[in-house]
Amino acid sequence: MNRETELTPRWDFGAATRQSLRNESLAKALFRATAKFDDGRRALMAALPESDLLREKARQIKDDVLQHLDRYLAQFADSVEKAGGIVHWAKTGDDANALVASIARERNVKRIVKAKTMVSEETHLNDALESEGFCVIETDLGEYILQVAGDRPSHIVVPAVHRTKEEIAELFNTSFGVSLPPEPAEITKFARARLREEFANADMGITGANFAAADTGTVIQVTNEGNGRLCATWPPVQVVFMGIEKIIPRLEDLPVFLKLLARSATGQPMTVYTNLITGPRREGEGDGARELHVILIDNGRTAVLGSEYRQSLRCIRCGACLNTCPVYRNVGGHTYGSVYPGPIGSVLSPLYEGRSRFSALPHASSLCGACYQACPMKINIPHMLTAMRAEQAERGDNHVLERLGMRLWALAMRSPLLYRFGGTALRWGMLPLSSEGWVSSLPYPFSGWTKRRDFPLPAKKSFRGSFKE
Amino acid sequence: MRVSLFITCLADLFHPEIGLAMVTILRKHGVELVFPGGQTCCGQPAFNTGNWAEARSVAARMLDVFESSEYVVSPSASCTAMIREGFPRLFANDEALHARSETLASRSFEFIEFLGKVLHVKSADARFNGRLTYHYTCHQRALGMTTEAEDLVKSLQGVTYIPLEGKERCCGFGGAFSIKMPDLSGHMANDKVERIIETGAEAVVVNDTGCIMNISGALKRRGVPVKVIHLARILSGEVTAP
Ligand code: SF4
Repeated sequence: MNRETELTPRWDFGAATRQSLRNESLAKALFRATAKFDDGRRALMAALPESDLLREKARQIKDDVLQHLDRYLAQFADSVEKAGGIVHWAKTGDDANALVASIARERNVKRIVKAKTMVSEETHLNDALESEGFCVIETDLGEYILQVAGDRPSHIVVPAVHRTKEEIAELFNTSFGVSLPPEPAEITKFARARLREEFANADMGITGANFAAADTGTVIQVTNEGNGRLCATWPPVQVVFMGIEKIIPRLEDLPVFLKLLARSATGQPMTVYTNLITGPRREGEGDGARELHVILIDNGRTAVLGSEYRQSLRCIRCGACLNTCPVYRNVGGHTYGSVYPGPIGSVLSPLYEGRSRFSALPHASSLCGACYQACPMKINIPHMLTAMRAEQAERGDNHVLERLGMRLWALAMRSPLLYRFGGTALRWGMLPLSSEGWVSSLPYPFSGWTKRRDFPLPAKKSFRGSFKE
Repeated sequence: MRVSLFITCLADLFHPEIGLAMVTILRKHGVELVFPGGQTCCGQPAFNTGNWAEARSVAARMLDVFESSEYVVSPSASCTAMIREGFPRLFANDEALHARSETLASRSFEFIEFLGKVLHVKSADARFNGRLTYHYTCHQRALGMTTEAEDLVKSLQGVTYIPLEGKERCCGFGGAFSIKMPDLSGHMANDKVERIIETGAEAVVVNDTGCIMNISGALKRRGVPVKVIHLARILSGEVTAP
C-alpha cells in the first residue's frame, strides 16, 4: 500500500540534482563503478550468442507468471508447506513487518541477522523491528556499512556505491576504534570477523528471494559474499521476506534467469553463491534452519498487476538500467529520494510510494532508451515513463505554463500558416538577443538551456522556403 | 520511387541545410521527391511532456499530410521514432486512426536507415579530409539501428576516424528534458563535449537536429571549435573538410 498520503511534500528532484552534481568526488566514484558494471554486462551479453533468446524466454516465462499469478502463488505456497515450511501472506508492508515481529516474539528472538533484500527497504523492516526492541544486523557488506553509518542504499545491487573506500575506512575507524587502511581487503576482513560473531549469536535469519519456484517450493537466493547462505542456515529460524512477483513456474526455469541476472547485474557469468532452499532442515540433515517461514508480500503489487504498468513486475532487480543510465550515473541513487532509484525506480516510486510525492521522477529521464536496451527482462521503461507523464497531464498535475504553452503550440502546429509565422517570429524575436548566430541567454522558461549552453538562432531561410520540386 | 520528405520542425527552422543535403543525395539515387507543404512537427514536445491530447491533434494532421506517401523519410531518428512508436500509442483507442498510424509507421524511415534498407547503400561515395568522430544519437536505438551511420562515416574517403568514448551515451538533449532538467541536461551535454575534446577530432557527426543543437550549443559555450555535422551534409558533398 502507499505509505504516503498526498499531504507529504513533493520530492524536489531538481534541487537534489543540483546538490549531487556539485559533489564531484561522488560523481567520479559513481561513474567509475557504474561504468565497470555496465561495460562488464555489455561484454558478457555480447559473448553469449543466445542472449536475445534468453531475454525473450525470460520475458515470456515472467509474463505467464503474472498472467496466472494467483494460481502460481497458491501452488508455491502449497509446495513450501509440503516441504515443511510455513507460509504467511502480507497485504501491506506494515503487515509484513508485523508478521516478522510476531514470529520473532513467539520464539523469543533477540538478535536477527539479515541478508540484502530490497523489499525490506520498501517496507522499512529494520525500523519496525528495532522499534520493537530487536537487534537487527545487516550482513551484506554494503548494507552493513550503511547501517553503521546510518545511511540508506543508493543502488539496488551495490547499496554503498556512493561511498569511497577512504570514507568507509574512516567510518569503521571512528565507529569501532580501529585503524584500518583504506584497503578493500582489510576493510572486508575486519567486517567479516565482526559479522561471524553476529551469525553465531543470531536467533533468526532474514533473507530475500531472487526467485521462488512454484513447483518445488524452492527459494533461490544469489549473493557474492556468502552472507545470504549463513543467514539462511546458521540461525535456528529463517524468514524469507519476498514480494509476490518473485515466482517462477518451475525450478527448471531457473537457469534462464540465473544466466541473465549475474551478467546484467555485475557483469559476472555467475554469482559466487547460488542457494536453493527447499523447506527447513530435515531429519538427518547436517545444516539448515529448523524452521522456515516465507512471507509473501503484496504491498501494492496486485494493483500494479491490473494496471498498464504490469511489465514493471517482471523486474529482477539486476540494476543494469541504473548502471547504464546517464542520469543515474551523474546524480546517484539518493537524488531520487526513494527506495528504488534509477530508471526503474522512476517507475516504481510513483507507483508504490506515491504518484504525487514522486511526480518529478517520470521526468528524470531524457528518454534515451539505454535502460530498455539493457534490461534483461525487456521492460520498456521509457514507455512507462511517458505513460506516467500522460497520466499526470490528464489529472492536471503539470505546470500551468506548460499546459498553456502546449495548447498554443498545438494550435500553431495544426496550421502551416501559423507555423510559418511562428518560425519567422521566433527568428525576429531572438535576433536582438543574439550575436553571431547564437543566443547566450534565453528568457524564462527557456533560461535553463542557456545556463550551460548557447542556443542557435533560426536559419535565415527555412527548408520550406528553399526547397524546389 | 517517390519519397515524401519529412524535414521536421527543428531541421526546417534551424538547420535547413540538412534537408537540402538529403535532397541532393536522394536525387542522385534517382528518387522522386515531394515536400508535403502541410507538414509541421511530429508532436513530440507534447507527447514527451504527457500532453497527449495536444500531441494527438498534431499527429492526426500528420496522418493526413502523409496519407498517400510511398515512403516518408526524415533526417531525425527521434521524429521517425515518434511516428513509429508514438503515433500507434496515441491512437490506441481509435481503431481507424490506429490502423492509419501503423501504415504510416511502416512507411517511415530515418534518412541513414533509408539509405541502407531501401537504397542498399553500404559505403559512402564522398570524402572528408580531416579528423572525424561520431556520436550515436539515442533514437536510433528505438529504430533498431546500430552501426549503419558509423559504418558510413568510417568508409568516407580521406577520413581519419576516431571513435568517441561512450558514443552511445545520451548527450542530454531529450527535448523538454533540456528545459525541465536544465542542470542535469547541461551536465550531460558537457560530459559529451569533454569526450569529444578527448578524441582530438576536428568535427563530430551527429545525425539528429535536437542533438546537434545541444552539442553545438555546449561546444560554443565552451569555446571549443569542433564542428558538428549531420552526415547527410558530408555524403552530399556539401562538406568535405572541417
Ligand atoms: S528494470 Fe530491468 S534492468 Fe532495471 S533492475 Fe529491473 S530487470 Fe534490471
